Amino acid sequence: MENRAIFSGRMLAYLLVLPQFAISLIFFYWPAIQALWQSFLVQDAFGLSTEFVWFENYVNLLRTPEYYQAIGVTLVFSAFVVVLSLVIGLLLAVMANHNVTGVQIYRTFLIIPYAVAPAVASVLFIFMFQPGLGMIARALQSAGIDWNPILNGTHAMILVIIVAVWNQISYNFLFFLAGLQSIPKSVIEAAAIDGARPVRRFWTIVFPLLSPTTFFLIIINITYVFFNTLGIIDTATGGGPNGATQTLVYKVFQDGKVGADLGGSAAQSVILMIIVVVLTAFQFRYVEKKVHY
Amino acid sequence: MAFRRFGTAFAIASTLAIAASPAYAVVEIQWWHAMAGANNDVVVKLANDFNASQSDYKIVPTYKGGYADTLNAGIAAFRAGNAPGIMQVFEVGTATMMAAKGAIKPVYQLMKEQGEPFDPQSYLPAITGYYSTAKGEMLSFPFNSSSMVLWVNLDALKEAGIAEPPKTWPQLFEDAKKLHAKHPTCGFSSSWITWGLIEQFSAWHNVPIGTKANGLDGFDTVLEFNTPLETKLLENLAELQKDKSYDYSGRTNTGEGRFTSGECPLYLTSSAFYPSVKANAKFAYTAVPMPYFPDVNGAPQNSIIGGASLWVMGGKSAEEYKGIAKFFTFLSDTDRQVYLHEVSGYLPITKAAYEKTKASGFYEKNPILEVPLKELTNKSPTENSRGLRFGGMVQMRDVWSEEIEAALAGKKSAKEALDAAVSRGDQMLRQFERTAVK
Repeated sequence: MENRAIFSGRMLAYLLVLPQFAISLIFFYWPAIQALWQSFLVQDAFGLSTEFVWFENYVNLLRTPEYYQAIGVTLVFSAFVVVLSLVIGLLLAVMANHNVTGVQIYRTFLIIPYAVAPAVASVLFIFMFQPGLGMIARALQSAGIDWNPILNGTHAMILVIIVAVWNQISYNFLFFLAGLQSIPKSVIEAAAIDGARPVRRFWTIVFPLLSPTTFFLIIINITYVFFNTLGIIDTATGGGPNGATQTLVYKVFQDGKVGADLGGSAAQSVILMIIVVVLTAFQFRYVEKKVHY
Repeated sequence: MAFRRFGTAFAIASTLAIAASPAYAVVEIQWWHAMAGANNDVVVKLANDFNASQSDYKIVPTYKGGYADTLNAGIAAFRAGNAPGIMQVFEVGTATMMAAKGAIKPVYQLMKEQGEPFDPQSYLPAITGYYSTAKGEMLSFPFNSSSMVLWVNLDALKEAGIAEPPKTWPQLFEDAKKLHAKHPTCGFSSSWITWGLIEQFSAWHNVPIGTKANGLDGFDTVLEFNTPLETKLLENLAELQKDKSYDYSGRTNTGEGRFTSGECPLYLTSSAFYPSVKANAKFAYTAVPMPYFPDVNGAPQNSIIGGASLWVMGGKSAEEYKGIAKFFTFLSDTDRQVYLHEVSGYLPITKAAYEKTKASGFYEKNPILEVPLKELTNKSPTENSRGLRFGGMVQMRDVWSEEIEAALAGKKSAKEALDAAVSRGDQMLRQFERTAVK
């Protein structure tokens, strides 16, 4: 039995695909092409004067030390957020996979943070971590740590990592839970009968069988941390202090919207797009080989 | 069959409905602004009063977010071909607006074309100079203006044994250290970090921020505020930051709550903070002029305004321009200016309004409201204190803030930070100059 839909005529098939195709064209391809075109221009804020400058925007970008700082910040930020949110999401999913009393309540509460918009999540955490007025900030200060994300770059980075991870854990949790529940119990029981302890069972049986989900989530998480964290960074630290939380996507936003430098900002978007495409292609090429379907 | 009959009926009905709606004779003028909270009420009241006073034009105010968001919305709307009639742009967006010939209609041109009475001399020069060309032609209409003052928690000063608020920076540094004993997290702090420590600081000491009268005379200006004087200020603050005698509160005014909560007894920020202080401070307070270094010749000079002005966008109909001109005349009316000033803390823009408020004895009962005016009119403005006009100023302030943050955190020396701020700023200025429509 074929696992695909078969159409008797082609018209219906094309018609059904048309809306999605139109959306992709209008909201993805058109802006991407426009960004590519704008990256070759130098314009004033109002678009009244335009100058075609070939690759000058790219060259200027690669000459700016702040751009390399942004690359470094993005790498650190992404690594921490992806690893932490995947690990904690998996841990929670494994724990919530047991049949204990109230497990449904735990699962619901663990899923709720995903419903909170990133900017709102950020504000919630700022209330707690605001130096001087926040509960946790005061607790840290009475413990002797001079918590100050307004002036200390490392503290600012820790703050945005916490917010981003908190927001993303629920998403990973949900998928991991579904993945865990789709593993046939018979396989696990067989391993248990053979004398494998829980930890061994997890690493040799459960984790490999979970690999399609893990692979999918790694890609989604990387995309999330590269692009969707804009709201968090904007509300929490505004890219500061001194560029310590200015990721690549935030720099695109600042240069384009705040600085009205559309050419330079477009050049950065193009480079960012290339980075993520390469990363994803790399994953599909090499990591997918290890996935058991 | 039934569907097709219904469809035709629906089509006919909707066409009739549209055709039946009456054509309005009132010309609507869109006013995009960034005033939230109590200030929003002021804007709405002004629009309503104008609309009620005549029946030809209707001003429709729309809140578009903060200053930066409003400016961006306006730029995007212009690019899409439907800009509002009036747009409120903060003072640092002046260069961007000025460079966009065709996108804006200068106020002096508008008033002349419409034959509305308009005498630039009747406005306070410290305020209008900022928004005028080198020849004194007013480009935008000043709306809400403020200056920077030092807010003082008098109870805290008494507690620390300080007799009177500091007048000079050295006195302020001393007082901050004394206050720090009872206020370990903050002796002194400030908001609008670049406005206070670079822009106002330079004007108040009659030293330039950049060449060409801080950019007022040309787009080919070059920054020059990385001077020993500025370095001295930043070094002192970085030193005080170490034990929090001075504590940095962020780039904009999100830290202002630290003053009204009593945490920071000395706070340098806008005079527009007044309504909040009045409503929330539970201690005796006052506001005094910004401190200065007494060994600098000519200090204190005069302060430069902060706030925003109203720009008229280009490409609108003659009808709309007539209405906008009438609205500006309405806003300049003396009694209206007096009312605005007394109620909202905005500074009056006409000399007549200032004199009238003085004559009514208002400032005896509310001395704090006169402090910013005294600062602005302290001395006749020089090349260094007429104002400033740098392209890309929104992002430039971020760049300067980044460098100040590095100095305060001890990552760079004050001199390195200021040199970096100047060189990065110059790069942005050259980029702006290149794209400015000649």
